[in-house]
Amino acid sequence: MSFFKAENISISFGGIKALSRVRFEISQGEVFGIIGPNGAGKTTIFNCISRFYDLQEGRIFFRDKEISRMGSHRVASLGIARTFQNIELFKNMTVMDNLLLGRHRHRRSNLFQEVLFSKSVRQQERKSREKAEEIIDFLDLQAYRDQVVAGLSFGLQKIVELGRALTVEPALLLLDEPSSGMNVEETEDLANWIIDIKEELSITVLLVEHNMRLVTEVSDRVLALNFGEVIAEGSPQKVMKDPEVIKAYLGEESAFIKRQKH
Amino acid sequence: MRFIMKLNYDEDLRLFRYRSTFFWYLALVLGLLILPALLDNYFISLLNFIAIYSIASIGMMLLTGYTGQVSLGHAAFLAMGSYTSAILTIKGWPFLVALPISGIFAALVGIVIGLPALRLSGLYLAIATMGFAFIVDEILVRWESLTRGNLGIYLSPPSIGPLTFDSEKSFYYLGLAILILTLLAAKNILRSPTGRAMIAIRDSEVAAQTMGINLAKYKTVAFALSAFFTGIAGSLYAHKVTFINPESYTLLVSIELLVMIIIGGLGSLHGAIYGTAFVILLPQLIILTKDHLPSFVRDQTGLEAGLYGLMIILFILFEPLGLYGRWLKTKFYFETFPLYKKETFKKEKKFYKAERH
Repeated sequence: MSFFKAENISISFGGIKALSRVRFEISQGEVFGIIGPNGAGKTTIFNCISRFYDLQEGRIFFRDKEISRMGSHRVASLGIARTFQNIELFKNMTVMDNLLLGRHRHRRSNLFQEVLFSKSVRQQERKSREKAEEIIDFLDLQAYRDQVVAGLSFGLQKIVELGRALTVEPALLLLDEPSSGMNVEETEDLANWIIDIKEELSITVLLVEHNMRLVTEVSDRVLALNFGEVIAEGSPQKVMKDPEVIKAYLGEESAFIKRQKH
Repeated sequence: MRFIMKLNYDEDLRLFRYRSTFFWYLALVLGLLILPALLDNYFISLLNFIAIYSIASIGMMLLTGYTGQVSLGHAAFLAMGSYTSAILTIKGWPFLVALPISGIFAALVGIVIGLPALRLSGLYLAIATMGFAFIVDEILVRWESLTRGNLGIYLSPPSIGPLTFDSEKSFYYLGLAILILTLLAAKNILRSPTGRAMIAIRDSEVAAQTMGINLAKYKTVAFALSAFFTGIAGSLYAHKVTFINPESYTLLVSIELLVMIIIGGLGSLHGAIYGTAFVILLPQLIILTKDHLPSFVRDQTGLEAGLYGLMIILFILFEPLGLYGRWLKTKFYFETFPLYKKETFKKEKKFYKAERH
């Protein structure tokens, strides 16, 4: 059984081919990094997985189940949680309420029980809070528990968003540039958390990231994209040394200079 | 200042956060129970209308204030409730059965109306719901065999078993009881996953979906719940005024309901009640002060409607959190005296002014 598989996925917006026949596989328990210059199609992959975009070609499987035809909420309830590059928190709620929303997929109560706030609803709410507290402890958010999210710094909001994705108790976690907007210290914490998420919480992580040090530090395998096409795949060290990747990041000119030298 | 020190999760789940809050609410209910003894029938009648419309505006609040779906068609749900209850009680069904059925029927219609809501938002949804209200109005006028058209239906005051609520005073206790039940139900929904999902949809649909919230389902649920409460209010209204015709459910009623929750404060149950009291008492206030106003103001037609408009504009500009927000701020001012600053609630204000509803 494969854990997660993207099969030749393609999508284009107008004349621009955002992804063309991208394929990769993630095995359970690893941290899989996706790198590439701006506009390479990294976030597009995330939006295809969480079904905000419709694929034009190819299929995506999660635990051998095709998810590329499902609704967004169905994908989420299968246990795929994500964060966003530009933060999509419920800004007017407290940190706690945001985390509690992450528990939605574990809702077992029906509306009638909720109107009466029956014992089972109470039990379920207790459990949700217990789990949210675990995540608060995990991410050191104790001081912000009852604060409204809109009042927190950008870096903290990113951590709260990570926390909300973790309270979902996902099997696969998609992190979209988690370190953008964070200072050096926060980024170091983040690297440790990602490793802990993998090792302690045994959650598989798919990571899109610009910070190469972070990617090299935490990823088991890396996929490099440019203009919607896969240009390299393998261990972080191997991918970073790949001439195609260097060319993609440094541009045609350096390749041109190299060619002149020959 | 009060320091919150929670020791277990149940403290977070309580209906009343502090013991003192519970006693204040208890005192309020007791006060409301003895109130009719102190007032004459005219004022009790006003309180009865406040109770009825509060139930409707709680329904409206769930949909617009908490789920962020604007509706200009709630008069139709009110009409559904009224006519269902009227037709059933005339056929001999007891009021106690007709009341929930009118709620349920309105909810079923609410589900049907909720379906286009899945594809529409903001202004477009408001227009669609308004169109729906016009259709219902037209049906009520045309389907004479059932609704007696413009002639209207006369019906009897509500009765449960041997009890008949035909006086203002007795109706007051019925209205109050149903209002309290409605408030408890709404509060319970809001502190459960369904309520949180509704608020999540209001704040960010994208994020809500990635939490596994089925937008279609919860928007429909919000419409159904909202229509249910409004239908219940409609039934009570019909039995209170004992005569209904399509004229009682015009667009202005829908707008009044919207005014209630905006002035009361979007996103709070307290607000629904404050706003309703305000909107019901405003015309009375105008009547009382009319003799003292200069004649060019007094003789103006549409003074009420004009004042509603002015109030909405002023509230949105200066107090987007409504009367409830004003109350919170006043409370906060005294709790934290002398630390309150003008900027204390700036962020909240900004958020509510932003185009997120």
